[in-house]
Amino acid sequence: MAKLLGLRCRECGAEYELQATHVCEMCFGPLDAIYDEAALRKKVSRQRIEQGPPSMWRYRDLLPVEDDTQVVTLGEGFTPLVRAERLGAELGLRNLWLKNDSMNPTNSFKDRVVSVAISWARANGFETIACASTGNLANAVAAYAARAGLECFVFIPVDLEPAKVVSISVFDPNVVAVRGNYDEVNRLCSQLLESTPWAFCNINIRPFYAEGSKTLTFETVEQLGWRLPDEIIIPIASGCQFVRHRQAIRELIDYGLVRDDRVPALTGAQALGCAPVYNAFKSDTPERVLPVKPDTIARSIAIGNPSDGMYVNRIALETGGVVEAVTEDEIVAAMRLLARTEGIFTETAGGVTIGVLAKLARAGRWKGDEVVVAYVTGHGLKTADVLASVDGHARRVEIEPTLKSFREKVTI
Amino acid sequence: MAQFRIPGPLRRLSGGETTVKVEAGDLGAAIDALDARYPGFRDRLLDHNGQLRQFVNVYLNDEDVRLGAGLEAKVSEKDEISIVPAVAGGG
Repeated sequence: MAKLLGLRCRECGAEYELQATHVCEMCFGPLDAIYDEAALRKKVSRQRIEQGPPSMWRYRDLLPVEDDTQVVTLGEGFTPLVRAERLGAELGLRNLWLKNDSMNPTNSFKDRVVSVAISWARANGFETIACASTGNLANAVAAYAARAGLECFVFIPVDLEPAKVVSISVFDPNVVAVRGNYDEVNRLCSQLLESTPWAFCNINIRPFYAEGSKTLTFETVEQLGWRLPDEIIIPIASGCQFVRHRQAIRELIDYGLVRDDRVPALTGAQALGCAPVYNAFKSDTPERVLPVKPDTIARSIAIGNPSDGMYVNRIALETGGVVEAVTEDEIVAAMRLLARTEGIFTETAGGVTIGVLAKLARAGRWKGDEVVVAYVTGHGLKTADVLASVDGHARRVEIEPTLKSFREKVTI
Repeated sequence: MAQFRIPGPLRRLSGGETTVKVEAGDLGAAIDALDARYPGFRDRLLDHNGQLRQFVNVYLNDEDVRLGAGLEAKVSEKDEISIVPAVAGGG
């Protein structure tokens, strides 16, 4: 029995057969995968999940691949959920947790969505995988395409961080460096769809790709002992994953995986240098998200025209969350704060998430006992260059290889 | 005359045409002219307030019109107007 039944428009409800398409012909709304929920309700259980592999594929029943599909995997997911006592102490939070998704195979959250997307694409006969990317997605797509033995085209802005270009190129994909920003790259790819037989992970096969995001929330809840947290802080780029986290919570409740049905507040984090969703959240018309031209060091989430922006604000308001934004200095300060207090080196997008967490905590959003989780979605080595320009070496001394020099220069 | 580029999902309306030429002074008038020739485009592109729908991006010579003058953007000879579904990208 097939688990996937088709695609449905999130706006007008029009239904489509399963295929590589992401847009409703009637209203241009986004299409979502439809599952046989009655069958899943009988099948899904905590026990079945706990007996699965120590990767995100333990939630395979809730992902858009059929039982006989051979998935393309590098062991993504089931990343550490760590209790952040020292960071929590600085922020007055006694139950702060960090979901460290920089521990994925290519060091970002994107491995989850790409593993699902490429598994779906290969099972459905695609020979070439492509994407428009701010870097992390291209990195994951290149790695998983290599793993699957598929052709790969990645489209990136020409001025991407050097570390990201190296960690994409090593997998030997076709790299198309576009003289434009991410939104321009994305538009080009949207137009290319019609003349290529390719699976663009985040465009025509987006309904399947997006589903991989849910596993981040499934794991968090399982790792908390099958309990829903009070609030989750999530970085916002297109808003795609934010929407899936709301869906993941709905599924955890619907399938009886949690006893509680109190939906956590979902809070979004943006950089002020690219804050179209935050701008709308603060306005009188939160569902009217107007595009901006990005200018921020948080490149991996610098999407000026976020396709799911209106849904982010709808969900934030529905769940009692907020959308907040931080300055460039606050991003760097948060990266350093997280490293200093918890031993976790995150990229600039993680600095946005932790920066927003810190800003909200210091503004008195929480009493102190709430269970708050922040999603740290990428590794610091991806954007190490932003710290090079900061005085990050205040405690460094240079000495001769002698005891005398050590005693003279180093204070113990 | 300015030229619209019609995306796949809307080509049923344009009888399969990928490009349609129109005579108009601004973007709003161009959409009216497109709708006069192929009825249905106006409803697909604009909401009940006459604003561009949330899920439609329109580019005038590669510039997102929402970043500029919107429907009042001046359109002239040889301009290209691209209609692109907004739902794309991920992060």
